[in-house]
Amino acid sequence: MNILVPLLAVAIMTLFALGGIWWFGLYSLFGIIIPYAAIALFLFGFVYRVLKWAQVPVPFHIPTVCGQQKSLPWIKDATIESPSSTAGVVWRMALEVLFFRSLLRNDKVELRSGEKKLVYKGNKWLWLGGLVLHWSLLIILFRHLRLFTEPVLGIVLFVRDIDSIAQNLLPAIFITDILVLAALTYLFFRRVGFPQMRYISLPADYFALLLIAAVAVSGVFTRLVFKVDIPAVKELSIGVLTLQPVIPAGLNPSFYIHLFFASALLAYFPYSKMMHAPGVFLSPTRNLKNNSRAARHVNPWSYPVKVHTYAEWEDEFRDKMKKVGLPVEKEE
Amino acid sequence: MSEDKLTPEETLKIDYNPPEKDWMKSGAVFRKGTYCYGSTPKHQELLGLPNPRNWQPNEPDWKLPENWKQTVLDGLKTRLDRNRAFKLFLDICVRCGACADKCHYFIGSGDPKNMPVLRSELLRSVYRKNFTAGGKLFGKLGGARDLTEDVLKEWFYYFYQCSECRRCSVFCPYGIDTCEITMMARELLDSVGCDINWIVEPASNSFRTGNHIGVPPHAFKSTLESCALEIEELTGIEIDVPINRKGAEILFIAPSGDFFAMPHWFTLMGYLMLFHEIGLDYTWSAYASEGGNFGLFHSNEMAKRLNAKIYAEAKRLGVKWVLGGECGHMWRVINQYMDTFNGPADFLEEPVSPLTGTKFENARSTKMVHICEFTSDLIYNNKLKLDPGRNNNWKVTFHDSCNPSRAMGLLEEPRYILNNVCNHFYDMPDNTIRERTFCCGSGSGLNTDENLEMRLRGGLPRANAVKYVHEQYDVNMLACICAIDKAVFPALLDYWVPGVETGGIHELVGNALVMKGEKERTTDVRGNPLKGAVEEKEAGEEKEDV
Repeated sequence: MNILVPLLAVAIMTLFALGGIWWFGLYSLFGIIIPYAAIALFLFGFVYRVLKWAQVPVPFHIPTVCGQQKSLPWIKDATIESPSSTAGVVWRMALEVLFFRSLLRNDKVELRSGEKKLVYKGNKWLWLGGLVLHWSLLIILFRHLRLFTEPVLGIVLFVRDIDSIAQNLLPAIFITDILVLAALTYLFFRRVGFPQMRYISLPADYFALLLIAAVAVSGVFTRLVFKVDIPAVKELSIGVLTLQPVIPAGLNPSFYIHLFFASALLAYFPYSKMMHAPGVFLSPTRNLKNNSRAARHVNPWSYPVKVHTYAEWEDEFRDKMKKVGLPVEKEE
Repeated sequence: MSEDKLTPEETLKIDYNPPEKDWMKSGAVFRKGTYCYGSTPKHQELLGLPNPRNWQPNEPDWKLPENWKQTVLDGLKTRLDRNRAFKLFLDICVRCGACADKCHYFIGSGDPKNMPVLRSELLRSVYRKNFTAGGKLFGKLGGARDLTEDVLKEWFYYFYQCSECRRCSVFCPYGIDTCEITMMARELLDSVGCDINWIVEPASNSFRTGNHIGVPPHAFKSTLESCALEIEELTGIEIDVPINRKGAEILFIAPSGDFFAMPHWFTLMGYLMLFHEIGLDYTWSAYASEGGNFGLFHSNEMAKRLNAKIYAEAKRLGVKWVLGGECGHMWRVINQYMDTFNGPADFLEEPVSPLTGTKFENARSTKMVHICEFTSDLIYNNKLKLDPGRNNNWKVTFHDSCNPSRAMGLLEEPRYILNNVCNHFYDMPDNTIRERTFCCGSGSGLNTDENLEMRLRGGLPRANAVKYVHEQYDVNMLACICAIDKAVFPALLDYWVPGVETGGIHELVGNALVMKGEKERTTDVRGNPLKGAVEEKEAGEEKEDV
């Protein structure tokens, strides 16, 4: 069920786009209206949710410390894993966001019942799969800038050339296209194949992977198989971005399908688990310094609580205290 | 099958394959040995907690208040609006599964709902159903489900099977800390009167008498004095134990386990010997006679109520700063919460060691110093005369307690002390120590007898690492700086690794500490003959002869 429904959803989306373009020729819907709606949903949702999180106070200072604290001068502290300065936090965050530092710690426990022991093995596949997926997506996104800008920045073309290096094919096959599909395949079969992963996976987990895969596959088709007319794509994209949308002639339906999936991804993003992207920056276990004894953290909603005062306590035990010679505040 | 008859071989038959049935459909089964008893009305009332009544988790009727569901959902809303970590952690999990086999309870039980990701989903599903558009629209397909009595019972079972150790948050790519979710879930359970007695009773005792076990001031005094007598027998030195003494420079606060339980007692001897030897101007307090804080395992509010005594007493006694003993969760509270709860402590002074002049700048706001920081500074500045040979009975390994490591980063200080007070120290494998340390299996108020099977299961990864150094290096002493550790490791190690004892860092300090005017010691603080030292000495002399 959890796999079937998202599979079905992506299949229906494919049919919807295919039918709409092929049979009904709804070019304006798929080329203009849906992309605009997607951009609006993305911007609104993204900003709304980040602001919502930011509005909630951080009542307590709860970094997860992963190294030696800064204490005595002769003990070397872990400036990144247990950051006591802002620079340390920035480094920690950068390593987390750019290189998935925490996932790199991943190991896998194995119980050897016969030997009566647990064994830990390094397990970097998830780290690698995740890193390849995210970096490929970033590079692909960056490459796409050439479809939105005129003139195209040199760096964009440079990245494109690097991405398609060491081949004479035309059109060139991008390394990141292969990598992203490989990573998605691994991450999907990891969810399906490992019983524990299948057990914890929700439909949304498969849907996210399938949706990104649909964007990637339709993109690859658009470029490699149907050899999309790049100037026409630019005409459409720049028209949309400058609020003067036009539907250029001669764009292959596969392009519209790719655009539809990309729009769907954009629209879905802020309402899904993909919001971990901005969320990680707000994570109090990662973005706080380990300095809670050196600097006071204020809880904005702190309220007075009922305590048992010394006076109340002494009242109960005064006689016995006096008997054993413990000092008291009041004699009676 | 009774838990006390389960042999280690039987316990090790762990099936990590999840059941066929969807997790949302299968609730909790309250099997004997795997859950803690419910709170009793006496202590709920003393603390003014909601819905005091006689009840037990394994009974069908939990006697919930009429409007329990609304109370829980309202409480959930309040906490979403008040705690960013909680809201964020409910929102951004991608279920990558990196945390799954990082939880000691999962490793030891194979129960898939002990995977941190799924433990959180138990609450997340209810959050989605009531507070997110996706959950409301798509229901079960959106990972959402209604809050029912069965769900509440499942929460109780599994959020009291999380020891808030925060190991999963080390491995999570977004730093999602299941502890935060467990804390909030326990507060919600409390709002309808579903606490466990092993937390509520100590909290109530601590509130009224000053410590978890309910020791009144006169008994507190006689206990400390009997410890001083034991030290006199061992060393021939008479030791004064100041209590509630106004005008002392330092207030010392230790977990109550140190003065009533074994093997904590030997750590207490170590403290007293050290303070006497360096002539520390300090005092104990009978009112704030608890460093531990079971309130932390109950709710933020309860933690704050109990913690308030420390600053209040420091102010009343007019001390300059506060020194804290060996305790795990106590240091989570002191390092990450106390200043926020009950600060600012502007009536105290920035802590300075009276012996070395070292300023503890890392504690300049909270004004409370960990005894391992204090002692390692003494050793570094050559203020102590130590004979590590007196610990030759022991081949020592060190257990990083969850909170001093992952909430504090107190990693090197205890190791520095150990390397100076004993000759044989061996760390456990890297992925089981420091920030990756494993819980003792009984943290966060779960160290009760009726929960023994779960504790032994949860303690398996730690015990397994101890077993490794036991087999490799003949390690026979697990040193730790946590009162719960000291309380639970003896039974745990006896079960999984017989032949390894449990002790505190300051017990070993007490053994090694050469005191002015002491008589020749023939035993360690436990009364074990010091044969190791004699043999080593002889061996050394023989070498010189050659």
